[in-house]
Amino acid sequence: MTGVLGVLAEAWGEVRVHRVRVVLSLVGVFLAVFAMTAVTGLGLIVAQVQQEQAERYQGRAATISVSGFDPATGLPPSPDAWDAASQELLDRYGVTEYATVGYGSALLRLPAGTQEVQTTDVSPSYGDLHRIEPIAGRWFTDRDRESLSPALVVNEFVLDQMGGGPFTGPRSIVLGGPRPVTATVVGVLENDGGEYPQVYRIDRSVLEAATAPRDPYLFGPDQLELWVPAAQADDVVAAVSSDLPLLLPGGIQVQAYRMDSPGLAGSLDTLRLAVRGAGGVVLLLGGLGVFNVGMMAVRQRVREIGIRRSFGATSGRVFSAIMLESVVATLLAGVAAVALAVLVVANLPIEEWFNNGVPIADEPGFPVQAAVEGLVAAAGVGALAGLLPAVLAVRVKVIDAIRF
Amino acid sequence: MSDVQLRLTGVGREVRLPDGGLLPILTDVDLTVAAGEHVSIVGRSGSGKSTLLNVLGLLDSPTSGEYLLDGQDTGRLRGRRRARLRGECFGFVFQQFNLLPRRTAAENVAAPLLYARGREFLTRGRTARDVLDRVGLGDRADQVPERLSGGEQQRVAIARALVRRPRVVLADEPTGALDVDTGRAVMALLAEATAERGAALVTITHDLSVAALADRQLRLDVGRLTPMTVAETVAATS
Repeated sequence: MTGVLGVLAEAWGEVRVHRVRVVLSLVGVFLAVFAMTAVTGLGLIVAQVQQEQAERYQGRAATISVSGFDPATGLPPSPDAWDAASQELLDRYGVTEYATVGYGSALLRLPAGTQEVQTTDVSPSYGDLHRIEPIAGRWFTDRDRESLSPALVVNEFVLDQMGGGPFTGPRSIVLGGPRPVTATVVGVLENDGGEYPQVYRIDRSVLEAATAPRDPYLFGPDQLELWVPAAQADDVVAAVSSDLPLLLPGGIQVQAYRMDSPGLAGSLDTLRLAVRGAGGVVLLLGGLGVFNVGMMAVRQRVREIGIRRSFGATSGRVFSAIMLESVVATLLAGVAAVALAVLVVANLPIEEWFNNGVPIADEPGFPVQAAVEGLVAAAGVGALAGLLPAVLAVRVKVIDAIRF
Repeated sequence: MSDVQLRLTGVGREVRLPDGGLLPILTDVDLTVAAGEHVSIVGRSGSGKSTLLNVLGLLDSPTSGEYLLDGQDTGRLRGRRRARLRGECFGFVFQQFNLLPRRTAAENVAAPLLYARGREFLTRGRTARDVLDRVGLGDRADQVPERLSGGEQQRVAIARALVRRPRVVLADEPTGALDVDTGRAVMALLAEATAERGAALVTITHDLSVAALADRQLRLDVGRLTPMTVAETVAATS
């Protein structure tokens, strides 16, 4: 036990005494570990942002879109028949995570005049499936379906058109049409990619006929979105395609397909691998710096090595001390670099840079794996860079060394 | 001075020259050193003094003859055991002090204890300061060698040689880098501190006055070890 402590104490003593040389030799390793850890951590967060952006449009992995229509007329099945068949299907396969989505239009009576906008009519669960996070107010809840005033979630562009300044609470807006109705804006979304109106409407409300009538030829049939484990996606598509037509009145054709991109995870993994590869090359260069200085230091310390041998240091002990000196030093550089990387990544305005200011829904903490990898890489480079100097130190002839 | 600690019998040391020939450095050396004995070996430069000291301290191996340490044949010792025995049995004092640069006096004295075990290792800091106190440098414990005088540096080296309580202290020209008065004081301290701990002291020197402090004086001439004559001894002591 004290043998190990002795080697560590000796290595630490050397690092402390030669701190200027050590610090200079470690600049490369520090920068490399910092770059590798920071970029890996940042890459993970950016990957999360990309994933969330993709999921806003395509749903989470794996989202199956299901719709039906009569091939003869192009019309969807009646809402009652669709709802009943859908519910039967969900119960049969025990699918608990799902949403409904349809497209329509609404006449918004705005201060500048009435404007027709496309609406996305969704169930409250659509927000979870598509990671929708309002920047003000809230997303839909089941209670919105019972409200006499249809609930809306609009983007900042629409809010600006409505006037009245920042959103501080639910705000009314009149939806025109044969029977105008006052709707309630309950939440506001960040403008996503441009200045255009975006309106989400609760799929069902007590006042159904509030808007212009939906034109199935124009907007297509309502869709059911199922959120299922990615491994079961193909099986679910097959089961839905075969079972649902049997639950619907005759002749209805069902379309089921996976919406999210199965290749996204692979692309992100490739990106991460490329980043790590680049970090590895930088680390190797940093290691070369440590190696060079280590070789020079051993040559300068020949006498010291000889003196230590006269104290009874075995060749194994000399080898371990020189090797550990390198490892301890690079490990310290690694700890400092990882700490700085965590600090920097945690304080970068990532949402502003990569997500149009939209808050990240599931912001990952700094990846522990990246930190551990950084430290292991630093220690590994230290061991590699210390190997040859340590061998050189062992080969020093004691008698010559003392006279050196 | 009872038990024989070191016994060299017919020891020789040769080195191979670039042309393939052999150059004898030590020839047929017989030497015994008893526990607590002070022996000095006098010789000119190139006479083989340092080689003899290296052989005694297990830093070098003889090419012929037998070297027994406490009755143990050192020719059979290899690697780790040899290094351990060296650390446990011997303390070295060098002409150029050979202190570790940029370490304080206390760190230098504690350095050999890094290779000790158990309690000896764990209490190395305190032990080092105690020994520095003994050589009169308690107040200089935190100074680096570069800020110490030659005499002080050699006293630190003596403290370092004694810190593991060796059975034999090997001193190679311990006063060679000091002025006469400082050398005399340092040599007196070395002899006294070594005797106090019951360790044997083998001093190699070309200075007869330093040799005269020993219990026994020997001469090394062209690799051969012989007792000094009475006349030489008288001349040295006077």
